[in-house]
Amino acid sequence: MSEKSSQGRSQGFSPPPQGAARMDRPRSAGYADPGFDTLALHAGAAPDPTTGARAVPLHMSTSFVFQDCDHAASLFNMERAGHVYSRISNPTNAVLEERVAALEGGIGAIATASGQAALHLAVATLAGAGSHIVSSSALYGGSHNLLHYTMARFGIETSFVKPGDLDAWRAAIRPNTRLLFGETLGNPGMDVLDIPSVSAIAHESGLPLLVDSTLTTPYLIKPFEHGADLVYHSATKFLSGHGTVIGGVLVDSGQFDWDKSGKFPELTEPYAGFHGMVFSEESSVGAFLLRARREGLRDFGACMSPHSAWLILQGIETLPLRMQRHVENTRRVVQMLAAHPMVASVGYPELDGHPSQALAQQLLPKGAGSVFSFDLKGSRAQGRAFIEALKIFSHLANVGDCRSLVIHPASTTHFRMDDAALALAGITPGTIRLSIGLEDADDLMDDLKRALKAAEKAGA
Amino acid sequence: MDLQVNQQSVYAYTGGKAFDPAIPCVVFIHGALNDHSVWTLLARQLAHHGYSVLALDLPGHGRSDGPLLQDIEAAGTWVLACLDAAGVQQAAFVGHSMGSLIALEAAAQVPARASRLVMVGTAYPMKVSAALLDTAQNDPLAAIDMVNSFSHSTWAAKPSYPGPGGWLHGGSRALMRRVQAGWAPSNLFRHDFQLCNDYANGAHAAQQVSCAVHFVLGERDQMTPSRQTRELATLLKPMVHHLPAGHALMQEDPEGMLKVLQIALKGMLK
Repeated sequence: MSEKSSQGRSQGFSPPPQGAARMDRPRSAGYADPGFDTLALHAGAAPDPTTGARAVPLHMSTSFVFQDCDHAASLFNMERAGHVYSRISNPTNAVLEERVAALEGGIGAIATASGQAALHLAVATLAGAGSHIVSSSALYGGSHNLLHYTMARFGIETSFVKPGDLDAWRAAIRPNTRLLFGETLGNPGMDVLDIPSVSAIAHESGLPLLVDSTLTTPYLIKPFEHGADLVYHSATKFLSGHGTVIGGVLVDSGQFDWDKSGKFPELTEPYAGFHGMVFSEESSVGAFLLRARREGLRDFGACMSPHSAWLILQGIETLPLRMQRHVENTRRVVQMLAAHPMVASVGYPELDGHPSQALAQQLLPKGAGSVFSFDLKGSRAQGRAFIEALKIFSHLANVGDCRSLVIHPASTTHFRMDDAALALAGITPGTIRLSIGLEDADDLMDDLKRALKAAEKAGA
Repeated sequence: MDLQVNQQSVYAYTGGKAFDPAIPCVVFIHGALNDHSVWTLLARQLAHHGYSVLALDLPGHGRSDGPLLQDIEAAGTWVLACLDAAGVQQAAFVGHSMGSLIALEAAAQVPARASRLVMVGTAYPMKVSAALLDTAQNDPLAAIDMVNSFSHSTWAAKPSYPGPGGWLHGGSRALMRRVQAGWAPSNLFRHDFQLCNDYANGAHAAQQVSCAVHFVLGERDQMTPSRQTRELATLLKPMVHHLPAGHALMQEDPEGMLKVLQIALKGMLK
C-alpha cells in the first residue's frame, strides 16, 4: 500500500494549529526579558573582559588563584562568590549553568558529569536512608535502574506509578516521601507527563516535583511554567545535539518553599558539614542549589568537565533552530509510518489515538519532540531485518543526536526489565525507537521505507 | 535570629555567627518586595570580620510577622526598635532602594544612633510611575517582571549571586514572587511601591543626619538613576561610589559592594 493510498487510517495526524507555537508572554519594548533565541546565545556570557574574546572561553583549569589569604578564607566560607576548584565551580561551566537556567526560567543550575549524575544529585540532596520517592513508571531505563535497584541499596525506596494515573500518584505518597519524579515525555512510550496535575498533587503534600526534560528541552516546554520545581537534562542529547559529549544539568525553579514544607531539614536546619549553615536562610529561594553544590558536588564529585560544558554551549547556541527542524522532520516521518502497512502502531503524542494527544496539544504546542517508538508487524526476525537494512539511521544507544538513530529497547536500554515491567512502561518485544535527526526528511523516509520492505521480505 | 519588636517576631540574618551586641553593628535594610537574602554575601563577610550584623526582614516580608509599616517614617522608627530589641545602641545603617530611605529615616530620627549611613541604589524623591503602580495593583506578576528587567543591566554578571551558576534575573524574580506570596492579607508589591512614592520627608530627614554618608549608585541603574540623587546629595554631602551595575547592585557587583562597604565602615572597628 502506498503512503498516499493509506490516508485516513486510524492513526490520524493532528499537529497544533498555526500560531499555537508561541507560548511566550507578549513582549513589551524596553522592559521585557530577552526572548528564547537571544538567551540561547547570550545568557550568562559577555565578551571576555581580559582578552575581548567574543565566544565563551574554555577555562581548562582545575583551580583558581586567591588574591590573598583572606580572600581564600572568604571563598571557602561563602562570604564572597568566586571559583576555587573546578569540582565545585568553573567559569565555563557557570556560563552553561546560567544559560540553561535562563532558558528554563529557573534561578540557577548545576552542571554534572551526566544526566544520571544530575538525577542522583537531586535525589541525594533531598532524600536519605528511609526516604521514599514516587516515580512515573515510563522512564529511561537508566533512571529506572538507579531508582529501583541502586538507590534502594542505600535505603531510598521508589514506588512506580503509571504517569497518567493521577489517583495512583496521590495514593503512593507516604509520610516519608520526599520527591515526585517523571519525564516530560516518558521514554519510550512518549506519555506526556501531566505536569500541572502531578505538581499539584506533590504540592498538596508539601513535596517537590522533579522533571526530566531531556527529550523536550526548554524550547518545547518549560516545566517550571506548569508547576514543576526542579528540572534536569541529559545534556548529552538535544542540548548538546551533536553526539559528542556526556553531561547533565540540574535546574532549580526557586518556587518550592522548603521551610513551609517542613520536610527537608537538610535545607532548613543547621548543616554540620558546613559550619552549621542553614541553606534556606542563606538564600530564600536557592537553598536547594546551595546544598547540592556544597555537599553533592563536593562529596560525590560528579562534576562536568569544562570542555564538555564548552561543547554543550556550542550546541545550545543553535538549539531553537535545531529543535524546529527535529520536529518538522519528525512530523513527516510519523505521517509516513502511521500510514505504512508494515507498521502496527506509532507512538507519537500528536497522533489520534495516542493516550497523551490532548496533553501534548496543551503542553507541547511546538511539537512533541523527535523521539518516538513504533511497533512493526511481524516477528523478531523481521525486526532485526528492519534495523539492519537501515543506511542513514544509526543503530546505537542514544537519542537527541543531529543524526537519526534507531534502537530496539527490549534488547538494549530496557533489557534489565522483565516482561511485566516492560508492559508497565508501554514496551513490547517488537517496539522500535527512533530519534529523528536533521537530515533531509525525504532521505529519512526513503531509508525507512527501504528497511520496512526488507522486513516484509524477511517474513515472506 | 528572631527579635521581638512591638510584640511581633522579626527575623534578622546574622551572617552565620551568633549576634554579639557588644561589637560594632551593621544593619542591612532591603528594598521593595525583597528580604534579607539580598545581603547574605556582604553580611556574612562582615560578620566574619569583626562586625555584628542584622540583615532584617521588614514586617510582612520573608520571615518577619506583620503588620506592614504604613510609611517610610514608621519604618525608620521600627529599625530603631529593632536595635533596642537586639541590645544595640549605635549602628551603621545600610539600605537598598526603599531600604535606603528607611535607613535615612532611622539615621535622622535619632542621629546619635547612626555611625554610618550607606544608601545603595537610592533616589529622592523615589517616585514610581502611575503605570507601574497600576500594574503592581492589577497584575503584580507582570509588575515583578517589569521591575526585574529594569533592575538588571546585564545577562552575564560575574561571579553571580550567591555564587557561580546563579541566573540573576531568575533569582530576583523568584524572590519577589516568594515575598509577594508570603503576605496574604494584601498586595505587598503595591504597598511597598506606594511607600516609596509617597515619602516626602527626605529633605527634612537629611538635615538631621550627623554621621558620615555614602551613596552607592549603579552606573546603569534604570530604577533609581543617579541624577535623582542631586537634592539629597546637596543636603547630605555623601561620598559617592559608582559601580558598573544596574539597580541590583548587590547581585551584579558583590565584590564592588564589598570594597565600598570596607571604605564606608572604616574606623568602626577598634
